[in-house]
Amino acid sequence: MMSLRRHRGSISAYAGLLPYLGFALFPFYWMLLTSLRKNAEIYDVGNLSFLVQKGATLQHYVFLLTRTQFPVWFWNTLVVSIVATALSVFISIAAAYGLVRIPFRGSSFFSIGIFITYLVPPTLLFIPLSRVVTTLGLSDSRLSLIVTYPTFVVPFCTWLLMSYFATIPKELEECAIVDGATRMQVLCRIVLPVAMPGVVTATLFSFTLAWGEFIYALTFISSGTHKTLTAGTVAELIRGDVFYWGPLMAGALLASVPVIIAYGFLMDYYVSGLVAGATKY
Amino acid sequence: MGRGRTDATVPVGKGEGRPRSALPVGLCPVRPQEVTAFLFVLPAVLLIGGLVAYPFLYALSLSLTSKQAGVAAQFIGLRNFTDLMHGEIFRRTVRNSLLFTGVAVVFKTVLGLGLALLLRRAARGRRVIRGMVLLPWVVPSTLSVLGWWWMFDPLSGVVNLGLSKLGLIHERIPWLSDPFWAMVAVIIVNVWRGLPFFGISFLAGLVSIPEELYEAAQIDGAGKVACFARITVPMLRPVLGVIILYSIIMTVSDFNIVYVLTRGGPMNSTHLFATFAYEMGLASGDIGKGAAISLFIFPFLAAVAFLQLRITRGQTQ
Repeated sequence: MMSLRRHRGSISAYAGLLPYLGFALFPFYWMLLTSLRKNAEIYDVGNLSFLVQKGATLQHYVFLLTRTQFPVWFWNTLVVSIVATALSVFISIAAAYGLVRIPFRGSSFFSIGIFITYLVPPTLLFIPLSRVVTTLGLSDSRLSLIVTYPTFVVPFCTWLLMSYFATIPKELEECAIVDGATRMQVLCRIVLPVAMPGVVTATLFSFTLAWGEFIYALTFISSGTHKTLTAGTVAELIRGDVFYWGPLMAGALLASVPVIIAYGFLMDYYVSGLVAGATKY
Repeated sequence: MGRGRTDATVPVGKGEGRPRSALPVGLCPVRPQEVTAFLFVLPAVLLIGGLVAYPFLYALSLSLTSKQAGVAAQFIGLRNFTDLMHGEIFRRTVRNSLLFTGVAVVFKTVLGLGLALLLRRAARGRRVIRGMVLLPWVVPSTLSVLGWWWMFDPLSGVVNLGLSKLGLIHERIPWLSDPFWAMVAVIIVNVWRGLPFFGISFLAGLVSIPEELYEAAQIDGAGKVACFARITVPMLRPVLGVIILYSIIMTVSDFNIVYVLTRGGPMNSTHLFATFAYEMGLASGDIGKGAAISLFIFPFLAAVAFLQLRITRGQTQ
């Protein structure tokens, strides 16, 4: 793949990428800088510098962790994301396997249904869904999010896993079935080990989507102690008080850390999942 | 939902060379493996039926009522829709949604294509560069937009400070407090957030174009522009189509960016469907009207789904 075309003029390519990188990364740098600056420096209007000048401080982080409900939101988000992800991946594996590997009447109908649901944005349904959540007696609970997050995760993961399962040779399964294995055994012992990259990708995406979800968390949860990071940070950390940019930036960064870590370790899976939505059919 | 697994009225999947029963389709006995298949699919069907399809129907029925928070619903036909159409804020919301989506998607497409072409040529350090470029897409938008909110602060925000230090502006730009500039800010942030997705997806499309095509074209004396116009763009068409369509539905339904940056303000001038629906349905408690506003996203969804399926079919044939 390394052809001449790619090397020629690659310096101009790097030069061209610089503005893109600056645009992509500067907001994060600025957030980090603000979170480490003392208030006196943050509010020193007119003094523009791109470094911490008057001594770095962790006071905003300390404030965030000791004087706000941030640790509680962190815990809530962790619980909701992990449980919703486990639930979603389980449902998606079963559905994808059923749709791709077992011929049955209506499978193409369901496949199209899954695809259309994948396109449904959460903002289309948050109002009726909040009524449904209330009817189920789940309002203002973490369970309301655990139950509803799979609605936007499962269609994506099922679609993704369908394309992975479809690439596994059928002969492997057929041999096992002839030998008397059940479908469940085939799925767990033959298909899943081979499709592991797909499962990892699906898990990573579920976790990322659940971690960053905002509108359901904002709508379904009312009390501060049940909030997740996104809703808590936006709704509770923004106060009328003047000196809040420091803790707010510290909170936004800290809340992003788990997603960035997961992504850093599993970037190739992430890219393959991201591109799958676009190019795999 | 959860209709019995003996329900044989569901449309028939395209036969994949499996043995067919002599009976007419509707009367086919249920094969054991169909029961197994349905058991596998059942959890997803229950989930989508109960928490996507049912809420959608519920939204349709709510939108025809005068349902207020804490008050019983009363059927009022299409009154919510006609009221909305006559309201200045809603008309503005429709214009905003079209403008926001149109401008943002065009910028993401053009800049994304540029990004993909550059990434393709930068072989060394590709992983690191790709990792950095993707960051805005990975970090939850609600959180990163808080950073932008601070950057757009009119007094101490770095955007105004930077622009005036560079001598590009002489007085502060009223980002977020002026309807025009607030819309500009919201679009900039959406482009920032969506650009990595476009760039990386286009890159995947680019690397799948066979190198031989370019080599053959070069032998025939084709220049760079001709190669781009005659090879890259046509070969990239399906990916372009899928990504742009997907982005249209996700951009038109955006909530996070506008909610965090402007809350739809100043004076309701930057609302999109989702933020106005939230404002009307939850903040003001006019649930019927809020549901009606949300439903305006549906035509976009239907159009996108229809076109996506057409592209998909075209590819598999």
